[in-house]
Amino acid sequence: MLENRRKLLKGIVEVTAVLGAALMMPKLAFAKWSKAFDAETTNDAMTGMFNNTDTIASDKVYLKVPEIAENGAVVPVNVKTDIENVKSISIVGFKNPQPLACSFTIPEGTDSDVSIRIRLFETMDVQAIVETHDGKLYSVQKEVKVTIGGCGG
Amino acid sequence: MKVKAKVKNDKVKVKLLVKHPMDTGLQKDKNGGDLIPAKYIQELTCVYNNKTVFLGAFGRAVSKDPYLAFSFSGGKKGDTLSLKWIDNMGDTEEVEAVIK
Repeated sequence: MLENRRKLLKGIVEVTAVLGAALMMPKLAFAKWSKAFDAETTNDAMTGMFNNTDTIASDKVYLKVPEIAENGAVVPVNVKTDIENVKSISIVGFKNPQPLACSFTIPEGTDSDVSIRIRLFETMDVQAIVETHDGKLYSVQKEVKVTIGGCGG
Repeated sequence: MKVKAKVKNDKVKVKLLVKHPMDTGLQKDKNGGDLIPAKYIQELTCVYNNKTVFLGAFGRAVSKDPYLAFSFSGGKKGDTLSLKWIDNMGDTEEVEAVIK
C-alpha cells in the first residue's frame, strides 16, 4: 500500500516537473510564427500563411518602397490600406530565398498602416498582401531595383 | 529596444528600433569559413491595457536592427505600453514605454 502511494507521489512530482519546465520555456505569444516563413516559393508561403494563393489586385492597398534601393540589406517599406476588416498585412519579396518577409496581425483599433525595413537580395518585385477577415487577399506590387544585394553586410 | 510612443489625434503612434543582428544564416563569418547561424526575431508584440495592439511575425528578410512603426487608437498619455520580442533561439527582450 505504501509502495503504491510512493509510486503515485513520484509520478505526480515527475509530471509537475515536466509541465513546470514546459511553462518556463519562452513561448511565442500567439504561436503566430509560421513555417510559411521557411517556404522557398511564393505559392508555398501563401498556402502556409493564408491557405489561399488567390490575390485580388487592389488600388486600395498602398505600397511605398524606393524605386532604387542602394543597399538591399535595408529597404524601407510602408504598407497602408483603406480596406476595412483587415486581419493582417504581409510583405513578400518574390526573388528572396524565402519570399515571405513578414506578416503583421492588425487587431481591431490598430491602423492598417505599417512601416518596416527588409532585405532584398536582388532587384525584384515586392508585394503587399492585405488579408481581410472574410479570407480575401488584396495585393499590390512594385519593382525595387537593388544595386547592392541584401546578403552582404 | 528603443521605443517612442506619442499620442496624436486620438491615436498612439509607435516607433521602435530593436538592436538585433537578424542573421539570416546565409552569411559567412569574418574568416570566410563557417556560416553564421541564423539568429532572427520571429515575433514582436505590443500590449496595451492587457490587449495585444500589434503582432508582427518576421522571417529572415527583416533587416538587421529592425525598425517598426504602427499606430493604434484608444491609448492615453501617461499610460504604459509593453513590447516584447522573441527570436528563433529563444532569446527575448521585454520593454515598457510610457506614452507621451
